[in-house]
Amino acid sequence: MLALAPFCWLLWGAFTNSLGANPAEALIRGAGDWTLRFLCLTLTVTPLRQLTGWTALARLRRMLGLFTFFYAGSHFLAYAWLDMGLDVAAILTDIGKRPFILVGTLALVLMTPLAATSFNRAIRALGAARWQALHRAVYAIALLGLLHFFWMRAGKNDFAEPAVYAGIVALLLGWRVWRSLWPRWQQRRRRAVTS
Amino acid sequence: MHVLRDRGFVHPVSSEITPRAAYLDRRRWLAWAGSAAATALPGSVAAQGAQSPQARPGKGAALAAARSSVAGALVMDKATPYKDATTYNNFYEFGTDKADPSQHAHTLKTRPWTVAIEGEVKKPGTYDLDTLLKLAPQEERIYRLRCVEGWSMVIPWIGYSLSELIKRVEPTGNAKFVQFVTLADRKQMPGLTSSVLDWPYVEGLRLDEAMHPLTLLSFGMYGEVLPNQNGAPLRLVVPWKYGFKSGKSLVKIRFVDKQPKTSWELAAPSEYGFYSNVNPKVDHPRWSQASERRIGEDGLFAKKRPTLMFNGYEPQVGQLYAGMDLRRQF
Repeated sequence: MLALAPFCWLLWGAFTNSLGANPAEALIRGAGDWTLRFLCLTLTVTPLRQLTGWTALARLRRMLGLFTFFYAGSHFLAYAWLDMGLDVAAILTDIGKRPFILVGTLALVLMTPLAATSFNRAIRALGAARWQALHRAVYAIALLGLLHFFWMRAGKNDFAEPAVYAGIVALLLGWRVWRSLWPRWQQRRRRAVTS
Repeated sequence: MHVLRDRGFVHPVSSEITPRAAYLDRRRWLAWAGSAAATALPGSVAAQGAQSPQARPGKGAALAAARSSVAGALVMDKATPYKDATTYNNFYEFGTDKADPSQHAHTLKTRPWTVAIEGEVKKPGTYDLDTLLKLAPQEERIYRLRCVEGWSMVIPWIGYSLSELIKRVEPTGNAKFVQFVTLADRKQMPGLTSSVLDWPYVEGLRLDEAMHPLTLLSFGMYGEVLPNQNGAPLRLVVPWKYGFKSGKSLVKIRFVDKQPKTSWELAAPSEYGFYSNVNPKVDHPRWSQASERRIGEDGLFAKKRPTLMFNGYEPQVGQLYAGMDLRRQF
């Protein structure tokens, strides 16, 4: 429920006309910002569970992931409708023309199968290993999302905000890399010592 | 009825024509603005007690002005709400967010203020603001403003043609271009700590562009002196070029023989050229320039309106660019 608050707040702003001089821009950017925030939250679940040993957290992951998809979809819909007037030809030209739009669209496209296989039956049908392999795409999505934001701000040379998100994502992905590599290093060192 | 001396208003589609209600609204506003201006003049006998319920924005001192008679100087479009025009600004010296200038520009000290006239002129010198304010009669002009980012406004500016100043300082035969230097003072402008652009912000025009009657040296808007976030105490307004060409808070005007580099040209030469004329047929490398969103007017779900060649000022300024390849000289 809390996860819907930003959405309601943006919608309320649109109805009461309190989003400033350019409400379309505020809506598009607002939905985009929240997509990144929820993506970061989703990626925080596993490290937090591993650090605290609090397994109940795992149940949050699916919901947060689906909200990320929800905000990404809203972001795209807001862009397609408010900026492009739902003109399919114009949208396709725009995707072809602007690399940052292409990258954002790609991230959304990649997210779709993840959202579509989020329920229990899909996990069973795919088998846990295959499901997990598919859902590793979230790392690529995170990087594409970051690139999208970096490129969007490149016009103004203003990288303060994208850098914050990049830092968070680097930390979250770095933790995973370290966790998977550390035991192997340990093992190798042990082997080197014993032989 | 105001009779047009030229076909200065290009309306490509019928939906572009301002609805009658909006138009009447504007006329009422103008009538009121005129009376407000008249009452602001000390000793004025005009407009006794003609108080409008919809008062002057009341944010700054009144600046009296007569309606301009320059061709194309009064567009029929509905003026952008004052609040939008003063809270949605690009003025990077106060931050790159649109809301930054209105929040931070209060630190700008607009008096005393001088403008240095330098370079290829017979009468160089330093002019103070009061001299400049009285240099020529102040006129009200309602211009479209098209930002390179794809949005637009309609602003009732107050000022006079820059040519009035240029004629008085007498450019020499070597003067081919005019460079505009704007204020860059770290003490007053928090945005200068950012490396977005090289400071000070500089802009330039060809001498004939600078001499065009539509090129405005502006001191006010909406019947009052310029708010700080809109470029107080004086700025340039070149309505047929993207907004960034219209330098704010000017401190130096230099007449030169070679085409000067402009801030955006230096920052991103592949994206911004010297001319930067509004042109729906030449896209920005990263987005289309074919359409625009009119701030404060077009509804959230309204399709963006088509952008006009030279922002609709083609009848007045088209001849300046005759024979030029505007794709190359963007």
